[in-house]
Amino acid sequence: MISGRPVLEMHHIGQVFPGVVALDDVHFDLMQGEVHVLLGENGAGKSTLVKILSGANPRSSGQILLDGVEVRIETPRRAQELGIAIIYQELNLIPALTAAENIFLGREPRRRSGFIDQKRVVTDAQSLLDELHAGIDASRRVCELSVAQQQMVEVARALSLQARILIMDEPTSALTGQEIGELFALIRRLTQRGVSVIYISHRMEEIFEIGERVTVLRDGRHIETRPIAGTSREELVRLMVNRELKEHFPKVRVEPGAEALRVEKLSRRGVLEEISFTLRRGEVLGIAGLLGSGRTELARALFGADPVDGGRIFIKGKPVRIGSPRDAIHQGIGYLTEDRKGQGLVLNLAVRENICLASLARFSRLGWVSRTRESNAASGFVDKLRIRTPGLGQQVRYLSGGNQQKVVMSKWLCSESRILLFDEPTRGIDVGAKVEIYQLMNKLAADGAAILMISSELAEIIGMSDRVLVMCQGRIAGELPAAEATQQKILNLALGGN
Amino acid sequence: MRVKSLFLQHGRQLTTLFVLILLSAALWALSPHFMSLSNWLNIAQQTAINAIIAAGMTFVIISAGIDLSVGSILALSGVVMASALQAGAPVPLALLLCLVVGALCGSANGLLIARGKLPPFIATLGMMSVARGAALIFSDGRPVSGFAPGFRAIANGEFLAIPLPVWIMAAVYLIAHLVLSRTRLGRYTYAIGGNEEATLLSGVNVKLHKTLVYSLAGLLSALAAILLTARLNSAQPIAGMNYELDAIAATVIGGTSLLGGEGQIFGTLIGAFIMGVLRNGLNLLGVSSFVQQTVIGAVIIVAVLLDMMMKKRRS
Repeated sequence: MISGRPVLEMHHIGQVFPGVVALDDVHFDLMQGEVHVLLGENGAGKSTLVKILSGANPRSSGQILLDGVEVRIETPRRAQELGIAIIYQELNLIPALTAAENIFLGREPRRRSGFIDQKRVVTDAQSLLDELHAGIDASRRVCELSVAQQQMVEVARALSLQARILIMDEPTSALTGQEIGELFALIRRLTQRGVSVIYISHRMEEIFEIGERVTVLRDGRHIETRPIAGTSREELVRLMVNRELKEHFPKVRVEPGAEALRVEKLSRRGVLEEISFTLRRGEVLGIAGLLGSGRTELARALFGADPVDGGRIFIKGKPVRIGSPRDAIHQGIGYLTEDRKGQGLVLNLAVRENICLASLARFSRLGWVSRTRESNAASGFVDKLRIRTPGLGQQVRYLSGGNQQKVVMSKWLCSESRILLFDEPTRGIDVGAKVEIYQLMNKLAADGAAILMISSELAEIIGMSDRVLVMCQGRIAGELPAAEATQQKILNLALGGN
Repeated sequence: MRVKSLFLQHGRQLTTLFVLILLSAALWALSPHFMSLSNWLNIAQQTAINAIIAAGMTFVIISAGIDLSVGSILALSGVVMASALQAGAPVPLALLLCLVVGALCGSANGLLIARGKLPPFIATLGMMSVARGAALIFSDGRPVSGFAPGFRAIANGEFLAIPLPVWIMAAVYLIAHLVLSRTRLGRYTYAIGGNEEATLLSGVNVKLHKTLVYSLAGLLSALAAILLTARLNSAQPIAGMNYELDAIAATVIGGTSLLGGEGQIFGTLIGAFIMGVLRNGLNLLGVSSFVQQTVIGAVIIVAVLLDMMMKKRRS
């Protein structure tokens, strides 16, 4: 039931993070009882926009109107008071408490004595859940519920807060087909009651099934808002990706050499499904795919950081067993993680110590580290990779993102890795440093290293890869030679099309 | 320039040292006897036991762990050694036995934490009780007393007019410093405490090195047990109560972060001396031991508060 006036209008919304314009002059509006889909690539600005609405990003610019009245949403609490609720991908429930306790967390009905009125908590929660046709016993603990049921509990919690605007961020990512159907039925009941829904999803089928209008964001800008009826999937994909390649990619192609790595039917239940591919020396193999498609999980499995259920790995044609990162490093594999600070660096150690961390045994005898040899090696990499640091003893926490990334790369070059797994190698790095990293990749490939590059930036994938594998839901959805890879083709495969 | 870089690298230790000097000056003003050489040797000798345990604690805390069992390990290794001595074992053998018992208890901690994935607090809390109980069982709850002068010389003996325990403490700190700053074990201790995930992904055998760190803490507790037993001419199953708290306090006053990844061994030594000087000074001033407890507790809180405030300022 859509009535004619917007409950929410957002005008000229802008958000700047240090060094990045995340949102630029974005418009968005939401009618009463509408399901409005927010669509865009990773990093297009969807999350930033809904975070502004939920009060998590208070320092944005622009104007927000609720029922035509301007409001300022400075805290999550304020958003709650205004009737805006957000249901994140990772649910925010306390597993050890019951559904009812979670629904009324922080606002438990009290008796006159000051104690919590347990009976009312349960009966009120139960009636809320029944209204949603959830079929959940309110006195069950959340950890005993399925993901879909937990989502229902979140929705019930939102309704108990008198939410009029419900934001759902990838709500179906962990649901089965039948559960998705139930969720959609729930969304329809909510909209009939006048609740408006902002729906974020990558899954095209769903968008056409549940959405009334769609707004496409790209690079933090508003591209288009249009009714979903009468639009086609191809059009939407085109709107999402259509951009000129602004960045210059200094790709140098190298004639691929011998096979460096071959993977056969690598599987991990629920995460990776029969992944097979070959990577050759001198080659950059790009891995594209949406968040959660299994890209990072593939790298972790190859590096021995996560266990696998099946499949074989061959290095230089010989089968190898990789049960831990140590094994992987012995086999000449290096892994540049997507989370540089969380997994790549020890921030309070020095540049020298980080560079040598994976190969310290080489610089020591009987456990005694030779500082001279260590410093010589480290300073060689600082020169070669042009790491800008006041000295080898500088803690890496004080370096810029680009220089930090070069330290991580140096770590793997120092350990003499010949197979390099680069997961988002240029994330959060300024343009100049990006180009330096691309040039370094060229040089490594020319020296005969084999590079597997995971990236969310399609332009980077196309610009730097010799070949592109596209992943979707833990499988390889397709392979494209560099010459044929276009953003549209890649995104189409990543979204589960053909 | 040189002074500046020295301060940047060791700023935290220099502040602690400054506090120690200030404290000593104040006590000197209040009690002239405080500044005598004999009193300082006395302080050093009394500090040695806590300082040695605290050296092991520093390794553990830098690795982002904690060890609550050091006092109980001291008691257990002490009574085992004492019984061996009384049974007629040669002194070197008894000492070795003591160190082995300590190191074994420590590696049990390490294995529980590294392989069993227990939180260090829980694993060592358990060991604290297990080792204490074992000490009581082993000694039947009674002190084991009376040793040959050769053994007691470890505590009473002097070399160049300085008591042996002070030499031993100095040696422990010198070695601990070299291990922390110059060996793979030291480097990995900082790395594990700073970012265990990144360290693991760099191919470091995190489990082994964690186990080694706790074994070292156990070993140093046993070394402290030797000194204590020799000084008291008695090994007591209830010895070392609350020593873990003193060791943690010395480490933290010395600037090692409880979050791990940061810390300097000489900071801990200064921290141990701050506590020793405070106890000694308050004794000289005739302050009751009840009041002493309160003062020392307050000093720990103030030291850490100041440290946190300075860190905030810097960042």
